[in-house]
Amino acid sequence: MEPINAPESIDLISLAPVLVLSVFAMAVLVLDLFAGKNKALVVFVSITGLFLSGVSALAKYKLPVYSFNDSYVVDHLSVFFIFLFTLSSALAILLSIEYNRREGIRMGEYYSLILFCTIGMILLASSTDLIMIFLGIEIVSICLYVLAGIRRRDLKSNESALKYFLLGAFATGFLLYGMALVYGTTGSTNLMKIATAIHEGNVNSMPLLLLGVVLLVVGFGFKVSSAPFHMWTPDVYQGAPTPVTAFMAVGPKAAAFAALFRVFTQSLPELDSTWEMVLIVVAVLTMVVGNLGAIMQTNVKRLLAFSSVSHVGYILMAVIAKNSIATASLLFYMLAYAFMIFGVFGIIIMMGREGEENLEIENYAGLGYKHPLLALSMTAFLLSLGGLPPFAGFVAKFYIFSAALKEGLLALVVIAVLNSAISFYYYLKIIVFMYMKEPQQEIRVSLSPITLFVVTVSLIATIQLGIFPDPIIALAQN
Amino acid sequence: MFLTFLTFLPIVGAIVVALLPKQQEGAIKQTALAFAAADFLLSLELWRSFDVTTHKMQFEFSTSWISSWGVNYHVGIDGISLLLYVMTTFLTMISIIASWGVTKHIREYMMAMLALSTGMLGVFISLDMFLFYVFWEFQLVPMYIIIGVWGGPRRIYAAVKFFLYTAVGSLLMLVAIIWIYFIVKEQTGVATTDLLYITEHLNVPLDIQKWLWMAFFLAFAIKVPMFPFHTWLPDAHVEAPTAGSVILAGVLLKMGTYGFFRFNLPLFPHASNEFVPFVAWLSVIGIVYGALVSLVQEDLKKLVAYSSVSHLGFVMLGTFAFNHYGMQGALLQNINHGVSTGALFLLVGMIYDRRHTRLISEFGGLSKQMPKYAICFMIVALSSIGLPGMNGFVGEFLILLGFFQVDGMITAIATSGVIFAACYILWMFQRVMFHELKNPKNMNLKDINARELITVVPLIVLIFWIGLYPKPFMKTFDASVSHLITKVDPDNFRPSKHKKHEHAALIGEAELAKLQKELQGK
Repeated sequence: MEPINAPESIDLISLAPVLVLSVFAMAVLVLDLFAGKNKALVVFVSITGLFLSGVSALAKYKLPVYSFNDSYVVDHLSVFFIFLFTLSSALAILLSIEYNRREGIRMGEYYSLILFCTIGMILLASSTDLIMIFLGIEIVSICLYVLAGIRRRDLKSNESALKYFLLGAFATGFLLYGMALVYGTTGSTNLMKIATAIHEGNVNSMPLLLLGVVLLVVGFGFKVSSAPFHMWTPDVYQGAPTPVTAFMAVGPKAAAFAALFRVFTQSLPELDSTWEMVLIVVAVLTMVVGNLGAIMQTNVKRLLAFSSVSHVGYILMAVIAKNSIATASLLFYMLAYAFMIFGVFGIIIMMGREGEENLEIENYAGLGYKHPLLALSMTAFLLSLGGLPPFAGFVAKFYIFSAALKEGLLALVVIAVLNSAISFYYYLKIIVFMYMKEPQQEIRVSLSPITLFVVTVSLIATIQLGIFPDPIIALAQN
Repeated sequence: MFLTFLTFLPIVGAIVVALLPKQQEGAIKQTALAFAAADFLLSLELWRSFDVTTHKMQFEFSTSWISSWGVNYHVGIDGISLLLYVMTTFLTMISIIASWGVTKHIREYMMAMLALSTGMLGVFISLDMFLFYVFWEFQLVPMYIIIGVWGGPRRIYAAVKFFLYTAVGSLLMLVAIIWIYFIVKEQTGVATTDLLYITEHLNVPLDIQKWLWMAFFLAFAIKVPMFPFHTWLPDAHVEAPTAGSVILAGVLLKMGTYGFFRFNLPLFPHASNEFVPFVAWLSVIGIVYGALVSLVQEDLKKLVAYSSVSHLGFVMLGTFAFNHYGMQGALLQNINHGVSTGALFLLVGMIYDRRHTRLISEFGGLSKQMPKYAICFMIVALSSIGLPGMNGFVGEFLILLGFFQVDGMITAIATSGVIFAACYILWMFQRVMFHELKNPKNMNLKDINARELITVVPLIVLIFWIGLYPKPFMKTFDASVSHLITKVDPDNFRPSKHKKHEHAALIGEAELAKLQKELQGK
């Protein structure tokens, strides 16, 4: 038996982002007892924690650094993802402040749950061990189950949480079973050791390993909501509080992608002929189902849920391509996507008022003339989601398509661009309502300053990443 | 930098207009017009200082944009794009004058118009594939908004159709662009999307060339629009407001033909030659089909829209003649169509403003009630038919002359399009302008007013100018066309090289001497 934890492999500095965030998350829990009804202090502490956690990700400068018996790594991928997670969690918290006040969500746990969830995401993106990945996924999922159902008196929210929990637990089972099979056949849970075992032909039973890989695809497929494991997405996205939906669409999804990317490109590259085909089918199915599903929707949140499914299809192309461009394009796409999503959901939050959320597309009729700037921002976000220049979404798509084309995946790219064309149809639908239809009722938006701030930041970033993406691309390419 | 300034001036105008208060409609219109007019006048300076003796890019400006990918902000203008550029600024100005009567959301309207102008101008000057694609897609949005907000009853359907059609084509072009990017990177080791560099260094086998060619073809053929891809055009034209139709016919369609000149021919000369019969037949079908469908239209705008399909068929035919006559004719016909059809849409818009209908059956005898209007309409209609002495004649004649050297049969069929054009235009004219003035609603129509004259007269001047003395216009294409022909000349791809001088007699002596001198000059 191997000795447990060789002392030199304990590296708390590597773990700094997790530790910082854990301290702050617990501090938030305690502070909430004293803060009373005013959550400003809680919010401030949470944001500070996220900021410090993001900064502490830079503590290691000679990358990559492996620690804890090679189960935890600090490399460029994980550092970039930690930035993304802390940023997106901070934006989600900012979006929540006014929404929660309006909707009467007064629990301080809300903020600490987001922080704990972020810890899980960081673990996911930094783990090189199946067990750690599983732990990360569980931390993230459990926080999300609670967050989705945090509006206890709202039926939709309850449905959302329950559905997410039941299906999520089921998917976790698949994931765990897949991990068990991979461990059983290769003798290790460490990604590098699995890769070595496969490379050296040290596999007990190839069929079982392949079965394990397929089960991993299923498990991860659920977590990133790729078709045909996406069924929960529309209901959960619709029922969860809007800031939570935005949060779910970005951070946890990116984290699951980071883990998926690591598992499939670092430990299973030798088996690529097997899983590549599976993932291609899943990617195509995801794009098509997401886009076709979105066309039918009349509820903006459901529409965006399906649209996010289709985006998962595009992002999967990066995993399939698995070349040097793919890593960078994955990072860039997630960042661009984060800003677009927070922008769109910020506007959706502002469209609602106490007691009425105004989530139907019809409610957007006439917005273009009543609030031109708001509508213009919404237009920019939607066109960016569709992948129209000069917005971030276009550069991101261009990047991912390049990665796939470099691998010669021409058919896949053609399917993807045709899907982009379909996606324009439903993004335009919202624009049609904003500019080309007469309002059925008076539009009363709640222009709350902090939400407006998030939208502004997102808009600037969406345009900035679209017109001058060079610095971020350079960063992502490292 | 001058070119960049000119291109982005309109969108600066759009931002300025956005800052004006909504109620000051007069100020909004004047500001928009001021920007458009300034842009047009300054763009004339381009034409004035343009060196017609070289095919090289002029007013070039290049700077690194996304250096990690080798994407540059590279703009420039040559003989192929110069007149299209000037025509864009010109028609933008005319359209803004023609939109003086718009009452609904005037500020947003002017913003969309100016933003559209920047998008279109950008397309014509981009010398980087990435940049080109950005502008190509960007101009979709304002046009979509213009059709969708200020259009007719079925405007939303038309706008979405317009957007999706173009998007599908251009997205496949995007795939081709990325593919070319990797091919060039592999072959030369240079990662770049710079069009001039790629044009010079791209070297792909014929079968891949064909695929790439088709991807670009689809994007541009939808825009032109060529025969089976034209169905979005009638809808878009009928629903678009007058100024939208003018821009659509005058500039947006030209982006398609321009694309062939800038991308398909120089990048894939061999594939282009292989596809000549394919393009020629589609063009001819478009010419005849467009003309026949025009014949039976009851709606004036629809008639003009289908006539565009027919006219653009000529342009495509000329482009794929790969000789001096055909290509010069195509480029000139590009301008002609913009002028004539633009004017037709303006005139149709004028009676629509008065009567709120465009059905031919509602009119009749208008020449008695609106004599000045009838004269303008007559001139424009005749130029659209291609009457000698007017612009349409020069262009169509050159195109037919050029393509005759390639295939007499196809040219003969295409020529029938000219005859059909006379039929549908004259018949329409007769039904609208002549006969009895029976419909009481037409009894009190006011004749063309000063503002409307301002929009139409410059176009009429151009009609005669190009018709009688096309040289200043033709001169600008010369060098660029000659250079392009050296690339796509069918003789380059034929095993034997004896056919070249068979048709030389058709070219005038002076013309030939000049050509030879130019060739020697290189």
